[in-house]
Amino acid sequence: MEKLEGKPVTNVIKSVQCFLRRCLFLVLSFGPIPKHIAFIMDGNRRYAKRRNMKEGSGHSVGYAALITMLQYCYEMGVKYVTVYAFSIDNFKRKPEEVQSLMNLMMVKIDELLDKKSIVHEFGLKINFWGNLDLLTEPVRLAAEKAMASTINNSGPVLSICVAYTSTNEIIRAINKTCARNKERIPQACINCDGDLLADSINSSISIVDLEENLDTANCPDPDIVIRTSGEARLSNFLLWQTTLSHLQNPSPLWPEFSLRNLIWSILEYQKVYSYLEAGRRRAKKDN
Amino acid sequence: MLSTVHTAFPLNHQKPYSAHLCSLSSRGIIANTSLLLTPTRPRSSPSLCAALPTDASSAAAATVREESEEGAALPSLLRQGPLPKHVAIIMDGSSRWARARGMPSSFGHEAGHRALKKIVELSGRWGVRALTVYAFSSENWTRPEAEVDFLMMLFESVLKGSLGDFMKDEISVSIIGDITELPQSLQKLAKEVVDMTKKNTKLDVLVAISYSGRRELKRACQNIAQKVKHGLLAPEDITESHIEQELETNHIEFPHPDLLIRTSGELRVSNFLLWQLAYTELFFTKTYWPDFGEEDYVEALHSFQSRQRRFGQRLN
Repeated sequence: MEKLEGKPVTNVIKSVQCFLRRCLFLVLSFGPIPKHIAFIMDGNRRYAKRRNMKEGSGHSVGYAALITMLQYCYEMGVKYVTVYAFSIDNFKRKPEEVQSLMNLMMVKIDELLDKKSIVHEFGLKINFWGNLDLLTEPVRLAAEKAMASTINNSGPVLSICVAYTSTNEIIRAINKTCARNKERIPQACINCDGDLLADSINSSISIVDLEENLDTANCPDPDIVIRTSGEARLSNFLLWQTTLSHLQNPSPLWPEFSLRNLIWSILEYQKVYSYLEAGRRRAKKDN
Repeated sequence: MLSTVHTAFPLNHQKPYSAHLCSLSSRGIIANTSLLLTPTRPRSSPSLCAALPTDASSAAAATVREESEEGAALPSLLRQGPLPKHVAIIMDGSSRWARARGMPSSFGHEAGHRALKKIVELSGRWGVRALTVYAFSSENWTRPEAEVDFLMMLFESVLKGSLGDFMKDEISVSIIGDITELPQSLQKLAKEVVDMTKKNTKLDVLVAISYSGRRELKRACQNIAQKVKHGLLAPEDITESHIEQELETNHIEFPHPDLLIRTSGELRVSNFLLWQLAYTELFFTKTYWPDFGEEDYVEALHSFQSRQRRFGQRLN
């Protein structure tokens, strides 16, 4: 009986909070809202350690924080959110931690596809960026299933970088570009013995070629990169795509990163927006 | 690197200053250089000793010698841990610094050069092994022609005038960027300076002029594609070290910056050393570049020393 009585009150509180939040976002939207925010979700383990929580539980808390943050971003009108979930460098950690992260990923990917999840609420399209062949088979299959089942969604986009480093992404892009260049050889360039005429292979690569073959093709560059826990480095995350992005490194650990911190990030971005856009226009001309 | 240029006065108000510069350069670039390069060595100068009575002068000289020995040593704040081997600097804010003083941007760039000279000196003294500075980006070609011309002239006069210092301080100088976009005389001079200093090993100074990180990476990818085309490399065998070899920083001992400093409060990388900054610690300061001195440098280096670099792994 208590539970049934509690539920309407909780719902009312949640509705009021949501209403107030939307009012706040409306005010924020008088300034430019970033199209794409990228998060380096740093600090889960330190969070768990500081609260004497069980080892490994920091990442679950981090996932819950991610869902909340996604809610805020999409309500605010951000169209693309990218998160650095697992780097190729992270494979060098203890096998137990890597395994527990793989298990967590599988569980959480399935949760994302649940009917009541944020994916359905906003009609999200999900991308998994990275060298997915490095993942364990069940995780890779779960990721591919999530991408396939949301491919036709027209809502905002959530891109999750797993088994990812930017340098690896660039290598894979070169690989794809070379392979595609080879495919474009017209028949006339093969001589009567069936040998390929070397000069016929167009080996020139433009910036557009590279960008088309990166994992992030069809996605605009991040406007803001937020790395939590105060660390100030990119750690091999979207190096190509963030070269003109506004970099922020707020001190709160990822599970502590709140609505207030997000609003502050947006305000900081809005302060320098015109300067950032001028930089992007110049860079576009230069390319 | 140039920030957005909004000169305090329209171009015609800059005439008196630029006329002054022209008169200087008409006497020869070398003579001009002696004005631009302000000596900053904290050593006893003959003029100081000559001005004092004989008894006091030896004591003063001893104090100056002692201070200069202390100055040569690492500041105590930096003795707790290792220094970065390679420091990269985006030298931003010179134009804004000049504008705040009601002066043209050229005034800011000259002051910026003096700041750079100091930082190069400190880096060599304290054991930093490589210093890469973003002097002029490929996007800066869209700046007003007068400013660009001034900068090209400044680069030439600095390279010419500092060659003696480079040899004495065992500094090797390299230029990264699209050198073919520079004036012919600067290209020739740059190649000469690079050749003459290449055997120096104490400090590698890389100057990014007409540089774009994305272009550098694109060229590296093109070189690799050429190798694939000629059958020297299979696409599936391409690794990160193949890219590393094609980058313009490949010739120095420590090609990846450990620390990137950007002045003037801008929080962006702005197309600088795109690949090489993968694990670099970033340090942003609101100080404008011409004001960036020893204290600020110590602060940046100390900040680096207090960071925990994990490279994606766990420390314990």
